[in-house]
Amino acid sequence: MSDITKQSLTELVINIKNKKLSSTEVTKAFIERSEKSKELNAYITEDFTSALEKAKRFDQKPNFDLKLSGIPMAVKDLFCTKDVKTTAGSKILNNFVPTYESTVTENIWKEGGILLGKLNCDEFAMGSSNETSFFGNVQNPIDKDLVPGGSSGGSASAVAGQLTPITIGTDTGGSIRQPASFTGTVGLKPTYGSCSRYGIVAFASSLDQAGPMAQNVKDCALLQEVISTYDPKDSTSIDFTRNQYSKELSNNIKGKKIGIPKEYRVDGMPKEIEDLWQKGVQYVKDCGAETIDISLPHTSYALPTYYIVAPAEASSNLARYDGVKYGFRSKGENLIDMYEKTRSEGFGAEVQRRIMIGTYVLSSGYYDAYYLKAQKVRKLIKNDFDEVYKKVDAILTPSTPSSAFKIGEKTNDPVSMYLNDIFTVPVNLAGLPGISIPAGHDSKGYPLGLQIIGKAFDEQNILNIAYAMEEKINFKNKINDWWIK
Amino acid sequence: MSKKNLEYLINRKDNQYEVVIGLEVHAQVLSKSKLFSASATKFGAEPNTQVSLVDAAFPGMLPVINEFCVKQAIKTGIGLNAKINKRSVFDRKNYFYADLPQGYQISQFKDPIVGEGKVILDMPNGQKEIGIERLHLEQDAGKSIHDLDPQNTFVDLNRSGVALMEIVSKPDLRSPDEVSAYIKKLRSIMRYLGTCDGNMQEGSLRADVNVSVRAKGSKEFGTRCEIKNVNSIKFMQMAIEYEANRQVDLIEEGKSIDQETRLFDTKKNETRSMRSKEDAHDYRYFPDPDLLPLEVSDEFINELKNNIPELPDDKKKRFIDEFKLSSYEATILVSDIDTAKYFEEVVAKMGKNKDMKLAVNWITGELFAVLNNKNLEISQSPVSAKNLAILVNLIKNGTISGKIAKTVFELMLDGDKDPQKIVEEKGLKQQSDPKTLEALIDKIINDNREKAIEYKQGKEKLFGFFVGQAMKASGGKANPQLINEILKKKL
Repeated sequence: MSDITKQSLTELVINIKNKKLSSTEVTKAFIERSEKSKELNAYITEDFTSALEKAKRFDQKPNFDLKLSGIPMAVKDLFCTKDVKTTAGSKILNNFVPTYESTVTENIWKEGGILLGKLNCDEFAMGSSNETSFFGNVQNPIDKDLVPGGSSGGSASAVAGQLTPITIGTDTGGSIRQPASFTGTVGLKPTYGSCSRYGIVAFASSLDQAGPMAQNVKDCALLQEVISTYDPKDSTSIDFTRNQYSKELSNNIKGKKIGIPKEYRVDGMPKEIEDLWQKGVQYVKDCGAETIDISLPHTSYALPTYYIVAPAEASSNLARYDGVKYGFRSKGENLIDMYEKTRSEGFGAEVQRRIMIGTYVLSSGYYDAYYLKAQKVRKLIKNDFDEVYKKVDAILTPSTPSSAFKIGEKTNDPVSMYLNDIFTVPVNLAGLPGISIPAGHDSKGYPLGLQIIGKAFDEQNILNIAYAMEEKINFKNKINDWWIK
Repeated sequence: MSKKNLEYLINRKDNQYEVVIGLEVHAQVLSKSKLFSASATKFGAEPNTQVSLVDAAFPGMLPVINEFCVKQAIKTGIGLNAKINKRSVFDRKNYFYADLPQGYQISQFKDPIVGEGKVILDMPNGQKEIGIERLHLEQDAGKSIHDLDPQNTFVDLNRSGVALMEIVSKPDLRSPDEVSAYIKKLRSIMRYLGTCDGNMQEGSLRADVNVSVRAKGSKEFGTRCEIKNVNSIKFMQMAIEYEANRQVDLIEEGKSIDQETRLFDTKKNETRSMRSKEDAHDYRYFPDPDLLPLEVSDEFINELKNNIPELPDDKKKRFIDEFKLSSYEATILVSDIDTAKYFEEVVAKMGKNKDMKLAVNWITGELFAVLNNKNLEISQSPVSAKNLAILVNLIKNGTISGKIAKTVFELMLDGDKDPQKIVEEKGLKQQSDPKTLEALIDKIINDNREKAIEYKQGKEKLFGFFVGQAMKASGGKANPQLINEILKKKL
């Protein structure tokens, strides 16, 4: 069977179950394509030898009752994987090999998944272009020298470039949805508390959430079904009844009420995005749903709020990388000197910037004006959503205010970089689920995404809406394998 | 003694100064596992053998609250007559140190689990109430060991993450003696509750001591200094004494006191500046996003309340009411839970016809002396409560005299022997048969005719001689009361 790597997860699962393909064949195919795709720089750590052994072992003693029987998969390098180096894209963890497994990846291996390797990402997931990684830029398979988005840039690139049939990322302010939008793939950020944070290198604990990234909605639903479990090891994990997202997936969204928030019509938004959004409204209507104009009045405060809350938490979360226990250590004259050198050399510029911002907003004398105020605004943003969800079932917005940009284009302008997250951060601040699906192309042929935001724990509903829209949109990614010589 | 004489004042020329003290006591929660991880908390284990990935702050590790520790804190709050807060919040206290793996300590800042309460002290001049400001839960840090190697510092993370209760008093303490009484009372309450073993040698109980001075009669507080991490009552008292005098000297010299953190040097018996207010850490407290606010229901609190054992103050009151003990005796017996348990067991085993006074005297007299000599806790007493009760009963019912009882007690020490058996085996039973004693006395009078005559002529001192002879002849076993009676009759 040729073109194994072009198959969707769902197809691969069926073909392995029907013994049309072995896990070894599938694994080999993705390894071969990954090896030909080094120029994308999607991987930080390859685990191919071990993956092939696991695939062989699976084929010798297959278990077809599992949801991901014999499926190889690379994951974002923010998930701790036992005995496999986990860097979080940082020099400071360059030599770190966990002795433990994150709950989310553990769930995948338990369902028959096989680790291909660890995917590149912005350092500690701080970035929107994958340019802050210590391990270098990731190329977008859409076009040379185009960023794949971030922070799950390696994951998005690997899925779009078919280096892995599916992957997982993490999303703190848009880190799954924005790169999905930039690469013409599907990315779901689940409700806060849906996927365990245990074993995921923390960026901002109250916002971080793992989620699936896939070629299509059905694959995304299947992976979400696998990774979302209640976990007592994470105190913020929530014990709610989880759907069988892929089995219950339905394109019938007749009568659903979809909110169109006027505040997302931001100044300077390219006409292409506005047009895409209008098309989205039409698709939704074509599916038999109803659209309603709504208002989320505190939307414009979301970005500044996010850039106080997230760095504040990060400044504390990253304090443990001090050269004492594990990871990179620089020699110092004394303890303080060692701390300063280790952290100055071990962290990149963007991470240092956010640690400084976070430290500042938590400092005595500034705490009330920044952190405390941001927490109050966060509550107001959440109240906005609670209010509109009395009237609508979901909300439709663009995923990003632009298509993918060139590598280096925004490196020296952090604020312009931060603006990338303008449509995605309110969702994290409110702890809601959001999904980005590819919905069209801009004039350059770069993909554009639409975001569907749901009620808390209502992943099934937004997956269904995305599934129905996907059918109508019939999106085809324009990838010519430019990087394969 | 008048109340005034007991006041602790520092005198300089014409001025008298009052000392104001507040304590932040760090009490290790008695719990098999740590506050946010399942690691063991056993004292004295090999370094770094009780450390989980959470305690060592590995990437992606998350804290999970130990419900048992929450219960322990609430129980302690109940024991301190304090308000239990149904909602409390864990905050991060951020600072860098080699033995603080996370780079922050999880503590409670704005919303502690326990609010205001009080503790009653029994002082020689009466009772004194000390206010409790709050009690909160927090993690302990690890231990830096600087003296094992000239170049390197070693870190032991066994303590890292162990649950502590920080109990903050109001500035209500006025003397080193009150501080001693306060610490002892806190320890006693926590030991009754089983929430802290109070072992100061092992560091289970230590305190930061805030000291300020002011002119006697002044209502304003002076500038305070905080003496960090003092780990014995004696050192606390020495530190307060030194620090109060240091502050008074500064005032007398017309200098001002700097608000600062100081260390007590136990070898030199002095406090030294550690860091000034300006150098104080900015801990950047904020609610820990890895932990949801801790919410407890009324049922949860009531369940704990209903299972609180009788605490020292109530027990003391009952001992006075029920057993007719003096306040002094009751205070001694309830101060330590094991002593109280021992006493109550003695009372129970003595049965109906009991002599409470005698039992108390034997416990606080002979038994305490033996424990002191052998450096034993009452829980390790060589004489069981049951056997002590039998001994007291043997005295009470006249089987043996108090004097013989001391001999029996000595013999009981070796292997907790039954006093009844000792009395039988050694033939120590008191002779109370009047006929036997009369015969014995007749013989003594007969053998000492001249002295008997002298007695009759008025040399009354000689009565003692005859008693002595009679006791000697009986081998000390004669009932002294009967001997007296018979002698009076015969002489």
